[in-house]
Amino acid sequence: MTMQPASTEITSRTAAIIQELKGLEGPLLPILHGIQEEFGHVPHDALQVIAEALNISRAEVHGVVTFYHDYRSHPAGRHVLKLCQAESCQSMGSDAIAAKLQQLLGIGFHETTRDGSVTLEPVYCLGLCACSPAAMLDGEVIGRLDDEKLDEIVAEVRS
Amino acid sequence: MIPRIYIPADSGALALGAEKVAKAIESELAERGIEAKIVRNGSRGAYFLEPMVEVATANGRVAYGPVKPSDVKSLFDSGFLTGGHHKRWLGAPDKIPFLAKQTRLTFARCGVTDPLSLESYKKHGGLNGLTNALGLTPAAIVAQVTESGLRGRGGAGFPTGIKWKTVLDTVGDRKYIVCNADEGDSGTFADRMIMEGDPFVLIEGMTIAGIATGATKGFVYIRSEYPHAVAVMNKAVEIARKAGVLGASVLGSPYAFDMEIRVGAGAYVCGEETALLDSLEGKRGMVRAKPPLPAHKGLFGKPTVINNVISLASVPVIMDKGAAFYKDFGMGRSRGTIPIQIAGNVKYAGLFEAAFGMTLGEIVDEIGGGTATGRPVKAVQVGGPLGAYFPRTLFDTPFDYEAFAAKDGLIGHAGIVVFDDTADMLKQARFAMEFCAIESCGKCTPCRIGSTRGVETIDKLAAGIEPEKNLALVTDLCNTMKFGSLCALGGFTPYPVMSSITHFPDDFKPAPVRVAAE
Repeated sequence: MTMQPASTEITSRTAAIIQELKGLEGPLLPILHGIQEEFGHVPHDALQVIAEALNISRAEVHGVVTFYHDYRSHPAGRHVLKLCQAESCQSMGSDAIAAKLQQLLGIGFHETTRDGSVTLEPVYCLGLCACSPAAMLDGEVIGRLDDEKLDEIVAEVRS
Repeated sequence: MIPRIYIPADSGALALGAEKVAKAIESELAERGIEAKIVRNGSRGAYFLEPMVEVATANGRVAYGPVKPSDVKSLFDSGFLTGGHHKRWLGAPDKIPFLAKQTRLTFARCGVTDPLSLESYKKHGGLNGLTNALGLTPAAIVAQVTESGLRGRGGAGFPTGIKWKTVLDTVGDRKYIVCNADEGDSGTFADRMIMEGDPFVLIEGMTIAGIATGATKGFVYIRSEYPHAVAVMNKAVEIARKAGVLGASVLGSPYAFDMEIRVGAGAYVCGEETALLDSLEGKRGMVRAKPPLPAHKGLFGKPTVINNVISLASVPVIMDKGAAFYKDFGMGRSRGTIPIQIAGNVKYAGLFEAAFGMTLGEIVDEIGGGTATGRPVKAVQVGGPLGAYFPRTLFDTPFDYEAFAAKDGLIGHAGIVVFDDTADMLKQARFAMEFCAIESCGKCTPCRIGSTRGVETIDKLAAGIEPEKNLALVTDLCNTMKFGSLCALGGFTPYPVMSSITHFPDDFKPAPVRVAAE
C-alpha cells in the first residue's frame, strides 16, 4: 500500500520535469538529467511516463538509461566519491590510492557503505591530469591525492 | 585605483586549493579594511604553480605561487598588493619560463582575462574575428579557414575548412554547428581550460562557423565530469545572448545564430562524433556507419559541422589576424599551434601551446622537466587512451600529425602522459583493452568482443600460459580490431597495446623470467 502514493508522486514530479524540457531538440538526456537531479536516481516508475510523453517505447527509454554510466537505478549514498583511474592518474599511483581508500571505507568500486554515507565510483578522467591523482567528491575537485587528503575525505564523508 | 587580485577558478586550480586561498584573501582584506577587486580568472596552465595568484600593479601584473592559505597573511605583510617580494614571488607571469617559451594564439586570453566579462574579452582582441567574418561572404570565410591549414584538433586532424565547405555546399532547411566538448582522453584538459577560462572564444568560433556554413543553431556537448565548465559556458551563452552576440541578429547583422549547452552522461564513446550526434538526439551513444557524413546528414539528419573545442576556438584568431599569420607557424602539413597538455608523472605539468614541430624529447625533458618522482622516464603515452606508448628511443619524433603516424602513433588531442620506470607495460596494455571493453558502444564485433578477449589473452600472458602462442593471438586480435572496427575506439585500442608489446617486450616475457630479471 505504501508503494502506491510514492509511485503517483514519482509520476507527477516526472511529468513536471518533462513538461519543462519537452520543447528542447532531443530532450531525452536533459529530461533524464533532470529526473536524476530530482530523485537522486532514475526511478523505474519514471520510464513509462517519459515513454508516453515522448512517444517512444518504454524499451527505448530503458535502453538509453542503461547505456550511460551516469544514470543510477538506485539512490547513491549521501556522498558520491569518484576516483580517477585513467592513465594519467595511474602514472601517479592511483592503483595504490584506490586500494587504500577501499580499505578505509570498507567497500569496493560501485558500492555504497552500509550506513549509506558514501558511494565509491571509478571515473575515467576528470581533466585534472596535471595534478594527478585526482578525485571528485560531490562535484568538488581534489588533486594530488595523498594519504593526508584521503584521511580528510574519509573524515568528511563519515561526519 | 582599487587593487585588483586574480585568483583562478579553473578546476585544476580549485583541485589544488584555490577556493581556500580566495577565502583567506577575502577575510584578510576584510580584517585589514582594504578595498580590492577579486577577479576569478582561468588558469594560465602552469599547474605546478597553481594556485597562482596575480595582482595588477602600476608596472603590470605580478604573480605569486603556488599559494597556500597559510601564505596569505605573510603575502599581505610583504606588500604583495604592490608586487612586494615574498617566498612565493614569481614576477611578471609572462616572464615565467614555462609561459614565456609558448606561442599563445588560441589560449592568448586564458588565465589573463575575466572569463565572464565580455568587456574584458573585447579589450583583449575578442570579437575582432567575428566582426571581420561579418564583412565577408560565407565562401570567403570558409576559404580563409581552409587557407590557414587548421586541422581538427580533436584527434583525427581532418582539415576544418574542407568540413565547413561540405556543409556550406549542402542544401538544408536547417543546419547545425556541434561542438565536441566530450574531452574524455586521459592526459587532456585543453577543452576544459578554454571553456572555463575563455568561454567567449568558443562562442565566437561557433558563431563564425554558423555564418560560414548557413547554420543557425549550435550545440556544445560537454561531458558530465566537467561541472565547472558547464556552469561557465551556460553563463557565457546567456551573457552573449544579452549582448547581441548570439540571437536573431548577430552583432546587428542579418545573420541569426544561437546555441545551447548540453551535458553528456558518462559515456566515453560519445566523444566519437557520430555517437555524440546520436546522444544529442536522445539516443544511446551508438556509432553510426559512414557514409553518410555528418556534413551531409548529421544531427537530426541535417547538414552538420562537428568540430572539437580547440578547432572552433582557433577560428577567431585566424579570422582576426589572417590565414597567413596562422599558417606561418608549424611544420609540414601541420600548421599553426597546438596546445600540448603535459600530464601524469612529470615535474612541470600543464598546458603548453606551441607551433607544431618540437620533438617529444624536448617536450618531456626540457619543458616537462622529467618525472615528478625523479626516476627515469620509461614511456610516454601520446594522444589519450587510444594513443601509442613511446619509448625514449623515439623521443626525436617531432610533434606533427604525419611524423607521429609514421612511428605508429598519433597526436590525438595532444595529451602527453609520462610514466616512470616503475610502469608495467603489460598492465598498461591490459588496461587499454579493459577500457575499450567498458566503453564500447557494442555495435561492432571486433570492438565489443575483441576487447574482452584481449583482456583474457593478456591475463594468460601475465600468468605465463603459452606465451608465444598468446602473444601471436593478441597481435592477430589487434590487427582485426584495427581494420574491422567501425570507429576509433576499437580501431585505435591496438595502438597502446601493440606499442607496449613492440617497444617494451621485456614486460611481456613470462612471469618467472620477469622475476629473475629483477
